Amino acid sequence: MKPWGRQVLASILVNSIYEMKNYPVVLINTVLSPLSFLLVIAFVSRGQLIPDAIEGGFIMSMFNSGMSLQGDLAHLKNDFKLQDMVVSSPTSPAAYVTGMALAEVIYSTPALAVLVVLAAIYIHPGVAEAVLLVSVLLLMFLASIAIGYTLSTFSSDIVQSFAFSRLISTLFSTLPPVYYPITLIPTPFRYAAYLSPTTYAAEISQNAAGLLSLSSSGVAAAWGVLLATTAALALVAMKKARWREV
Amino acid sequence: MQRADGLDCRGLTKEYQGSRGRRALDSIDLQVPARGIFSLIGMNGAGKTTLVRILATQLEPTSGTASIDGLDVVKQAKALRERIATVPQEARTVPWMTPKQTVLSYLMWRGTSYSASKAKASEVLAKVGLEQQEDVLTRRLSGGMKRKVMVATVLASEADIVFLDEPTTGLDPISRKELWAYLGTLAKDRFLILTTHYLEEAEELANIIGIMHMGRIVGLGTLDQLRAEVKQQYSVRVAAGHELPSITDGRVTRARSGEAQILTTEDEAYRLSRQLLERGARFSMSRVSLDDIFFHLVNRSDLEGTRA
Repeated sequence: MKPWGRQVLASILVNSIYEMKNYPVVLINTVLSPLSFLLVIAFVSRGQLIPDAIEGGFIMSMFNSGMSLQGDLAHLKNDFKLQDMVVSSPTSPAAYVTGMALAEVIYSTPALAVLVVLAAIYIHPGVAEAVLLVSVLLLMFLASIAIGYTLSTFSSDIVQSFAFSRLISTLFSTLPPVYYPITLIPTPFRYAAYLSPTTYAAEISQNAAGLLSLSSSGVAAAWGVLLATTAALALVAMKKARWREV
Repeated sequence: MQRADGLDCRGLTKEYQGSRGRRALDSIDLQVPARGIFSLIGMNGAGKTTLVRILATQLEPTSGTASIDGLDVVKQAKALRERIATVPQEARTVPWMTPKQTVLSYLMWRGTSYSASKAKASEVLAKVGLEQQEDVLTRRLSGGMKRKVMVATVLASEADIVFLDEPTTGLDPISRKELWAYLGTLAKDRFLILTTHYLEEAEELANIIGIMHMGRIVGLGTLDQLRAEVKQQYSVRVAAGHELPSITDGRVTRARSGEAQILTTEDEAYRLSRQLLERGARFSMSRVSLDDIFFHLVNRSDLEGTRA
């Protein structure tokens, strides 16, 4: 393994493997968090929106990975001064953040595994739909880690950091129609919902699964917004995130 | 292992955003050979941590330059980071990791393989006396053990320039002495930059001492060189309750306990000692300590007592 791979692995070990190994109770939270909304939606809709809610669970899992990254990076930076130690080492910010972000995915693995089983039972996606869903989730993940990393480098204490994390998570993955079709919410609120990239992610995946009917121009527009948003957020992270403080 | 040639700061200045013109570092000029232990001492807010963070490539200076062994801390940070390691002030062990996992992951961040990191972690932890605790979660360790884990973490690396920002703060006297012994050994083939509040620590360990005050270096050199900067190189301490003889050359400070300290020249110290002996007073005479030099140089002698 090359040094870059070792550096990525070190971040994965610190941010997920060791924590999961030494504190197994944390896994319960990662499973319950995305599934709790799914259960509420399933009960309220009397089972009719279970497929939508499963797709929403996937999106929320991936988006929340980035938000968790923000909290974890800020925690390690401010409370343990770990980032300072890593800055003064050969590790690049890219290797550090890549490893930390992958750690969040590993951390979400139990929840994702449950969702995969539920998707197989309730949605029966074909290969094309699965590839499409994975692509959307990947974009969601990239967008959220760009936000998470950038914010973490600006936060100076953990209370501020978790407040940011909860706020963004609520705005982007709880309030928008991620767990149910956008058609269920009143028109004025739809405009507000379209301010969140998660809405477009949900629309694309719901359309692919046949849960929503979008025109081809609508699908293209959703992809365009999602790609542009992710690229913009990545650019902001590259330009504005503070690896070395000023 | 490469050897560093020197630490070189020229006009190094740091003004934090929102500091309203107050400089954390105020045009520091500093040249120190990169050998052994260079200790920075100073009160809280003197600028020690800011200077260390700039040198350790964690913080950008506002102006001026700094380099170690010819490597500029801003322009050649990448090359410098291959050679440095740091334990920041207030660095803490991650509670969900064991000492072995802490050292291992740090070494992997430095590019060492997993198996080599694992072996090195056990080896270094044994050297600092933590072989029995290497697989215990760090949250179960004492404060002293946690500090040792942090120091062992960076010292396990191959970095030949190591920054230790107040590494012994919070340690009991025995643990502190143990760590001093370890640092002394390591300084034989590395350059350690150590900040401390404990003047006796700098006196015990440092080859070169830098005294910082209000963002400036107000004293720099070996202990003897710093003593030479002080006109009054002798200290006469007189126990409380004894009348002081008349002093022709020197100054007196008095501690809350009532003990008086006279900083004076060698001739005057001997003259005063003779008079005190004749009066049967309890007193001691010695060359000035780093404490005395420090207080003299930062003009803060009133911290220990009021002027007589």
